[in-house]
Amino acid sequence: MTETLVVAKDLTRRFGDFIAVDHINFEVQAGEIVGYLGPNGCGKTTTIRMLLGLLEPSEGSASVLGYDAFHQTEEVRARCGYMSQKFALYDELTVLENLAFYAGVYSIKDKNRITQTLELVGLKERQKEITAGLSAGWRQRLALGIALVHHPRILFLDETTSGVDPVARREFWDLIYGLAQGGVTIFITTHYMDEAEYCSKVGLMKDGRLLAMDQPTRLKKTYIKGDIWDVAAENLMAAIDKVNSIPGVLQTSLLGDLVHVLVDPKICPRHKFERQLKTNGLRGVKITPGEPSLEDVFMGLTR
Amino acid sequence: MNLIETSGLVKRFNDLTAVDGVSLNVPQGEIFGLVGSDGAGKTTTLRLLVGALRPDEGDVQICGHDILTQTDQAREKIGYLSQRFSLYEDLTVLENIRFFAEVRGLELKDWKPRCMELLSFVGLQNFTERKAGQLSGGMKQKLGLAAALVSRPQVLLLDEPTTGVDPATRQDFWQLIIRIVGNEGMAVVITTPYMDEAARCNRLGFMRSGRIIAEGSPTQLRGRLEGRILEVQTTSPIRLVESMKDFPGVEDARAFGDKLHLRVQPGKSDRVLKNLKREHCKEVIRPIPATLEDVFISLTQNSDKEGAPHD
Repeated sequence: MTETLVVAKDLTRRFGDFIAVDHINFEVQAGEIVGYLGPNGCGKTTTIRMLLGLLEPSEGSASVLGYDAFHQTEEVRARCGYMSQKFALYDELTVLENLAFYAGVYSIKDKNRITQTLELVGLKERQKEITAGLSAGWRQRLALGIALVHHPRILFLDETTSGVDPVARREFWDLIYGLAQGGVTIFITTHYMDEAEYCSKVGLMKDGRLLAMDQPTRLKKTYIKGDIWDVAAENLMAAIDKVNSIPGVLQTSLLGDLVHVLVDPKICPRHKFERQLKTNGLRGVKITPGEPSLEDVFMGLTR
Repeated sequence: MNLIETSGLVKRFNDLTAVDGVSLNVPQGEIFGLVGSDGAGKTTTLRLLVGALRPDEGDVQICGHDILTQTDQAREKIGYLSQRFSLYEDLTVLENIRFFAEVRGLELKDWKPRCMELLSFVGLQNFTERKAGQLSGGMKQKLGLAAALVSRPQVLLLDEPTTGVDPATRQDFWQLIIRIVGNEGMAVVITTPYMDEAARCNRLGFMRSGRIIAEGSPTQLRGRLEGRILEVQTTSPIRLVESMKDFPGVEDARAFGDKLHLRVQPGKSDRVLKNLKREHCKEVIRPIPATLEDVFISLTQNSDKEGAPHD
């Protein structure tokens, strides 16, 4: 049985003439990892701020764990954790002191709770270190610990993986998976497409509107209709120009050093596609079947 | 011919060595990517290249001119798009690009055709009269690129031009860069935190703690782990990841959604694959080509073992 924890209903926020969030509707079920994806300035952070009652919706409503996010803010915040991109840590305090301070804010006096949280985020060995000396990856873990110390049912993470290296990012995701397995529902915003692939549900946002929200595999099934080929060629841009001129080609993009192509097989089946590409003086052409990606979905929805 | 040459660049800020012995040589027609996290030294390196910062050691040559002693000649050759470049929001697109052209000393008869050529190249030809403040993020970025190109630079330096922009704009931006390098034969240095973009560069350097820890074409770098990555498809990646880490012959295991990537010891791939298949018959296990991210992770772990500072 699934339990619905978050409901956004026509949720809207205006700043003067500017519509930051424009009538969005979605639900989050218990146990999900929801990835909320979109470029800077598209309304991701404004959405989270409304879900946490930090901003009043101009229209519509948000309910979190059955409480109205704006009018029952205390109830919501007692049960939700929030880690923003620019988290605040006290640099001159130790890891333990930072965590204990924030635990105090939530009136948590149980020392065990603090120790457990340190263990959970892998900072037990470093609890006596001064925060200023921690690397970006460790600071991030401490901030996560602070968001978790009051055992929230839902954890909101706002672009917490921007700017850290791939190892730290991967380790952070290992922690997220672990939390999700432990029953915490996760709502995470990111502009890394590859991270969205790890989520159980993904929302794609642009210019304040939620273009789609579903499981990654279902998003691909719904929005990518056609064959996908990856084309290697000596001259990449010549290849992309040629591919774009072939009838039946729906979408092209660069995928690393390959041209990633979405084709309507009714107009242009493989043999035809291959023949057209190879008869045009392009050198080093090699065609392999490609994998659909969320980037394809996003581009299809926004172009 | 190398349009950018540096040797042993070092830049210290008090106790912190932000750039620690970087040597870069970029020939005409090449896109060189500097890839790394925040604080790895990418932006500081670019600022040394453009002469905005003085190195503590080493030197920078742009088209044969020393950036510190022949600054004007060197700068004339450079187009630079910084991470927070500033447009005049209350000026129109055309007025903005004109401003950059005049600062660069272009005369009216030269700048007008060049500006129009660039604006149509980046797809802004229909927006010349629009105020820059009313452009979308992606359009601002394209205007910034046009402004950086207005003086026909031979060296183009781009500092994270695609961070935080939407995938469609990122695609457009990269296609523009690749095209213009092909047309005008520049040398380009671009910084990015995205591994998928790194693969679009002709050559790249992985940067960490101020140093370039590996350098090569994407193919060369991926080749370092050839035959050593196995993909495991599973319904419970988290449960499996710990036991996989301890599996004989496996160096590292990481979850990527519903898949695990295993890195196996050199030459052990076939044996590990066979043993894994015997013990985990429910999962689909297959060798896959290494990604640049796999390579970066393996390099980082090796340098950590040698005692380099974390992050």
